[in-house]
Amino acid sequence: MKKIINDPKRVVEESVAGFGRAHADLVRVELEPVHVVRADAPIAGKVGLVSGGGSGHEPLHAGYVGFGMLDAAVPGAVFTSPTPDPILAATKAVDGGAGVLHIVKNYTGDVLNFETAAELAAMDGITVRAVVTDDDVAVKDSLYTAGRRGVAGTVLVEKIAGAAAERGDSLDEVADLAERVNANARSMGLALTACVVPHAGEPSFDLAEDEIEIGIGIHGEPGRERVGLEPADRLVDRLLEPILEDLPFGEGDRVLLFVNGMGGTPQVELYLAYRRADEVLRERGISVERSLVGNYITALEMQGMSITLLKLDDEMIELWDAPVQTAALRWGR
Amino acid sequence: MGLDITWAVDWVRRSADVIAEHRVELIRLDRDIGDGDHGENLDRGFTAVVPKLDDLAAGSTPGDVLKLVAMTLISTVGGAAGPLYGTAYLKAAAAAGSESSLDGEAIAKILAAARDGIVSRGKAESGDKTMIDAWTPAVDAAAAAAASGADATAVLAAAADAAEAGAEATEPLIARKGRASYLGERSVGHRDPGAQSTALLLRAAADAASESTGA
Repeated sequence: MKKIINDPKRVVEESVAGFGRAHADLVRVELEPVHVVRADAPIAGKVGLVSGGGSGHEPLHAGYVGFGMLDAAVPGAVFTSPTPDPILAATKAVDGGAGVLHIVKNYTGDVLNFETAAELAAMDGITVRAVVTDDDVAVKDSLYTAGRRGVAGTVLVEKIAGAAAERGDSLDEVADLAERVNANARSMGLALTACVVPHAGEPSFDLAEDEIEIGIGIHGEPGRERVGLEPADRLVDRLLEPILEDLPFGEGDRVLLFVNGMGGTPQVELYLAYRRADEVLRERGISVERSLVGNYITALEMQGMSITLLKLDDEMIELWDAPVQTAALRWGR
Repeated sequence: MGLDITWAVDWVRRSADVIAEHRVELIRLDRDIGDGDHGENLDRGFTAVVPKLDDLAAGSTPGDVLKLVAMTLISTVGGAAGPLYGTAYLKAAAAAGSESSLDGEAIAKILAAARDGIVSRGKAESGDKTMIDAWTPAVDAAAAAAASGADATAVLAAAADAAEAGAEATEPLIARKGRASYLGERSVGHRDPGAQSTALLLRAAADAASESTGA
């Protein structure tokens, strides 16, 4: 394992401290307990948006703290959800009297810790609603699993709900919108290589040189099937087919097409994949209205990508286009 | 002879030692079917409890120790293990009440309360390939031992044996809760890391008991 770190136990703290110094115009960073808050929070009368989860998915979530998106982010240990106390601290820090929305990816640990924090916040008189994202079609949801995972669709939920909160929508309106975005988003990912968690010091799973893992989550957890490496177009098709069937997406739909890198795949390959995805959607009469390509929710240095489709309506398009000013996403301002 | 604060404190110290010792093994088990953080997270939690033991007020009870463990795990572990073990120790503390000495029946009740807490938090059932599959046989064995008049040390020994067998028995199961559930049938053949850590912690409890009573 070669990594630019000092002590595996201090990776998150030292990284978040650096993030705070680099983006002092946008955020302030608290280290006891660790959370990142928008520089001008709390904003009176504005719904506060808090998200968080394990570290190692940068720029998620701290990279999305700022105008038009999140009010606070709570980074846990690498690939481990934060504990309730920093979530509670972040919730208190952004409460401007209009309530706070928790955006939580559907992983058991994240859900349990955010639930506990929300119960504690309620005891302090803060109204909290939670939206649990679960856009990953790789997981067959049933009574016998923990449900679908929340993956790249989370970024789209944060942007669109963040814009709604910025324009002054109420907590219920922002939460309902976040749920609508999640309900219209579907994702699927693949990995070419595993990643190395700093404290584990070895790859998260074993993958032969000519093998890829289809249906991975964002924590380096193994996916649902393992196949031989194939040309990019075929890989894109493998990801898109289950996505298109699932909502389903069909002729006349307007979508946002999001090709996300897992951290170790260069942009040249992501755009190459985007080209094929766009082609497949055109053939099906689906109109790609907006796009996002890059490393937005990652799994350390894992090579791989995910594709997300979001079925858009007029309001979502307007809110997607609304100004945003964060470390990792910035336009219109 | 009942178990007192000395036992409870010794259990915590032994827990910290055994988790540190098995940290890599737990990481490996979790890596097979999850994301590999279980050993690291529990090690962080128990390492944080040990220095706090020195701050316990004079006259503290086993229940106070269990509550200290609960609060520390909840605020340091994270993931699913933090809330699940945190709830387990919190419910155990409530069941222990303010008693200064715990007999076999009390120990069996405490273990049952811990298990029930995990079930209500995690909504898992027996056979889902989770820590419940170690806890439930341990609770059943403890209840049976207590009913037959066993003392606290023997009750904990029975619980630890059953937890170890339960952890081993998770290997052929298909995971239905937590992160391993995403693997479906591919989770078969791997031992559940939460069941394994449960077995380690209950063995530490039993070892602390036999040390404290000289059995």
